[in-house]
Amino acid sequence: MIGIETIFVQFRELAPEELDRWIANRWIRPEGGPGDWRFHEIDLARLRLIVELRDTLEVNEAALPTVLSLVDQVYDMRRRMQRLNQAMAGLPPDMVALLAGALQ
Amino acid sequence: MADDPYSLLGVPKDASADDIRKAYRKLAKKHHPDLNPGNKAAEEKFKAVSAANELLSDPEKRARFDRGEIDGSGAEKPPPRSYRQYADTGAGERYAYAGGEGEAGFGAENFEDLFSNLFRDRGARPNGPAKGRDAQYSLTASFLDAVNGATNRLTLPDGQTLDVKIPAGTEEGQILRLRGRGQPGRGGGPAGDALIEIHIAPHRFFKREGQDIRLDLPISVREAVLGGKVTVPTPGGAVVMTVKPGADTGTEMRLRGRGVPAHGAVAAGDLYVRLMVVVGPPDEKLAAFLRGQEAPDFNPRAGMEA
Repeated sequence: MIGIETIFVQFRELAPEELDRWIANRWIRPEGGPGDWRFHEIDLARLRLIVELRDTLEVNEAALPTVLSLVDQVYDMRRRMQRLNQAMAGLPPDMVALLAGALQ
Repeated sequence: MADDPYSLLGVPKDASADDIRKAYRKLAKKHHPDLNPGNKAAEEKFKAVSAANELLSDPEKRARFDRGEIDGSGAEKPPPRSYRQYADTGAGERYAYAGGEGEAGFGAENFEDLFSNLFRDRGARPNGPAKGRDAQYSLTASFLDAVNGATNRLTLPDGQTLDVKIPAGTEEGQILRLRGRGQPGRGGGPAGDALIEIHIAPHRFFKREGQDIRLDLPISVREAVLGGKVTVPTPGGAVVMTVKPGADTGTEMRLRGRGVPAHGAVAAGDLYVRLMVVVGPPDEKLAAFLRGQEAPDFNPRAGMEA
């Protein structure tokens, strides 16, 4: 788990109010509570994505929830596809061949 | 020789800083790897234009490049791990899409909406075999069980028990799947799975940061001044560490490989030990010795004047 001090070392231009607001919006979902937020690696990576979306890709904050929800749906879909792929790996070879044929 | 950063960004040699920024933003929007997961070409392109932008947006580096002193690769630092590398794994469940309700669900577990015909066909044959439903549970593991791995027994609402094998290095919120331990199947179909969300209870003195663990270790005044060997608790059992003479509160020492043990492809983390000098019970001999000393020049509060 990563403390909030590390966040502000890695994101020097991030204002505390911004982070508070993004957590309140549930764009970032650390553990703990105000004054004692603890972040997972994925929370940090997501924070970096949000900062890049806003600062480099010029997505303003009003549009960010829409973009994030689309991003979340894409990754949900990718995880589902991975599960499907795993499930298919367990099928008998003739069924795999049948599926592969239908998908070509 | 790296590509020419001007042609990578599609700007002329005399482009203004503003033109360069605009060109970079335009390309970044198109090729950002987190928005193009699985697209290797977009990722490579994004890396290349980011490097080109880094070089050309720094007037000093740009001038050196123009004079031919450095090539287009400049000094490239390794990019931090990006969101998609986490979001593509089980960790991504933290941010599963929940239709705007704000609560993380089991989004990626549901196939019904995607493969409705498959599931509908099942429903249309009520006597055909059907897989049982998945059951969802939550289990709070002790800090050390989550670090080292352990088997915990979970008592279900119906009184049955489930032995859950918690792998070493388990993280807060991780979801374990026990195949066939959910609801029973119908008509000879397989049972569903048990999905167990793991929570980790805090430890009295260990704190986890990814694969590393932090510990505040009390030492006596004597150990701090004279140095010596001290016993340090670690998740894998106590080890002996040497404290250098003159150690102080706040001195940090690293015990390599004594954090979360190696698991799967993940290397072992480190244990960071921060020393805390503790004066301990009143010691008349020490007091007498200090009284006999001339007051030293050292002022620990120097620089604190408001």
